[in-house]
Amino acid sequence: MKTNSQNGSQMTPIIEVTDLRVHYGDKLALKGVSFDVYQNEILGIIGPAQSGKTTLLKVINRTLEFTPDATIEGSVKLDGEDISTISDVYGLRRRIGMVQPLPVGLPLSIYDNVAFAPRTAGIRSKSELDVIVERCLQQAALWEEVKERLNTLGTQLSGGQQQRLTIARALSHQPEILCLDEFSIAVDPVTTMRIEEVLKTLRTEMTILLVTNLVQQAKRLANRTAFFLNGDLIEIDTTDIIFSENPAEQATYDYVNGTFG
Amino acid sequence: MFTETEISKRKRQTENVMRIFFLVMTSLMILPLLLIIGYLLYKALPVLSLEFLFTNPKDNMRAGGLWAPFLGTIYLVVVSLFVSAPIGIFAAVYLNEYARESWFTRITNLAVVNLAGVPSIVHALFGVGAFVLFAGLGESILAASLTLAIMTLPVIIASTTEALKAVPMSFREACWNLGATRWQTIRRIVIPNSISGILTGVILQVSRAAGETAPIMFTGAVFYKNITEGNLFAYNITEQCMALSLHLFTISTQVPDVTEGIPYGTAVVLVGSVLLVNAASIVLRVYLRTRKKW
Repeated sequence: MKTNSQNGSQMTPIIEVTDLRVHYGDKLALKGVSFDVYQNEILGIIGPAQSGKTTLLKVINRTLEFTPDATIEGSVKLDGEDISTISDVYGLRRRIGMVQPLPVGLPLSIYDNVAFAPRTAGIRSKSELDVIVERCLQQAALWEEVKERLNTLGTQLSGGQQQRLTIARALSHQPEILCLDEFSIAVDPVTTMRIEEVLKTLRTEMTILLVTNLVQQAKRLANRTAFFLNGDLIEIDTTDIIFSENPAEQATYDYVNGTFG
Repeated sequence: MFTETEISKRKRQTENVMRIFFLVMTSLMILPLLLIIGYLLYKALPVLSLEFLFTNPKDNMRAGGLWAPFLGTIYLVVVSLFVSAPIGIFAAVYLNEYARESWFTRITNLAVVNLAGVPSIVHALFGVGAFVLFAGLGESILAASLTLAIMTLPVIIASTTEALKAVPMSFREACWNLGATRWQTIRRIVIPNSISGILTGVILQVSRAAGETAPIMFTGAVFYKNITEGNLFAYNITEQCMALSLHLFTISTQVPDVTEGIPYGTAVVLVGSVLLVNAASIVLRVYLRTRKKW
């Protein structure tokens, strides 16, 4: 497997995944994958259902621990530190923003949704929280729509607004890495494009893992793209090469061109 | 013009027949309840008054009111809920929110289901052995309440578990992703959104604890006890008390020549207090539901 990034500034790995295997009971969900994620890149992760993409994200923020029969082998390093040895798992999770496929507005006000993570981390000062809430809602391109009604329920927003609310919430703990798991699945195309614009500006501040079932989304946004299939990492390379006429693997070509089984 | 086919006509007729059938069955269910309450009220009318509620039984229980048994039942129910509600709710939170599938949780869940099916007379014998004799509490309000608590505990655990399960898993996952601990998730999201179900489950156990006779008759309830009328603190929980359910049983079967309306009046007070508490739980539930947030 070859990886050749175009510019040198992206060569610092922030995540190093080595021979990662995940079992759910007897079922092997990730079959020994290894790759690096570089600082300030958008890594697109594409592949059909059941290929291990969501599992990979859950390993990185260690929420796979809540799945009773899941076992993990291999190592994942964040800034050179093996995440399985990090004792402050809550601190680890705050270094990673996670956006799930279906928007989950917590049954709290819009304000409290965004202030949730800072509060659990111990921030109490109202003025400090106000600044965080406004910054995150601005970053998620939701501020203008909700600034007059921050105290209404987050669950009453439309689907697209709720997804931007979850992005604002994921940004509220100032993560180094933002993971998005098929964020556009329940969002209209216009909102999807707005969120994509948001991601382009966020790239300067953080590293983004973009799991998507829309291959064109990876093509539009990602610096590099990884293709997963049935728990294997088939290929990872610059997006230009993955979407070119001759990626290293025939399966990659078939998948991104929609001729896959 | 649209003309009805033979098949759709028959379908419509069957639909009407079935609807009436289900309505009749529903009425059959409500009818006995209305008859019971109506009959009790009719028979009890001559004795029902505030004085009936606030005076003690007199003349070897042949006359007088219900103060001692009424207050005794309140004591038994309140003390038993003070024990069973916290234990039951916290146990359910542990089983549902913290515990992983293991032999321990499997056995606990099995025990909960089976305990809920144990006849109350068995609980009574356990209460005699464990609280009256072994723990040395003697026959007392405390021993009887603990017996009632053991009896209501599994149902409180089951109803709390149901209420907790009604909170979507995705809320918990969202909190964990934000770096919240399980406790922070429980305190800020799970409990506030399941509290109406939890409280309803607990309150429904009031009626069960108030109505039971077997568990208390060997552990703390007595045939007769004279207490100060109108004093809410007339009982000491280390002593015995009277109780409405046992009182109804004794004046109906053990005492000759009881004034005609008194047993019916006792039944009305027992059923009435239970219905009142249940109504309160419905009001509470409706109130909390209007604040439901998703």
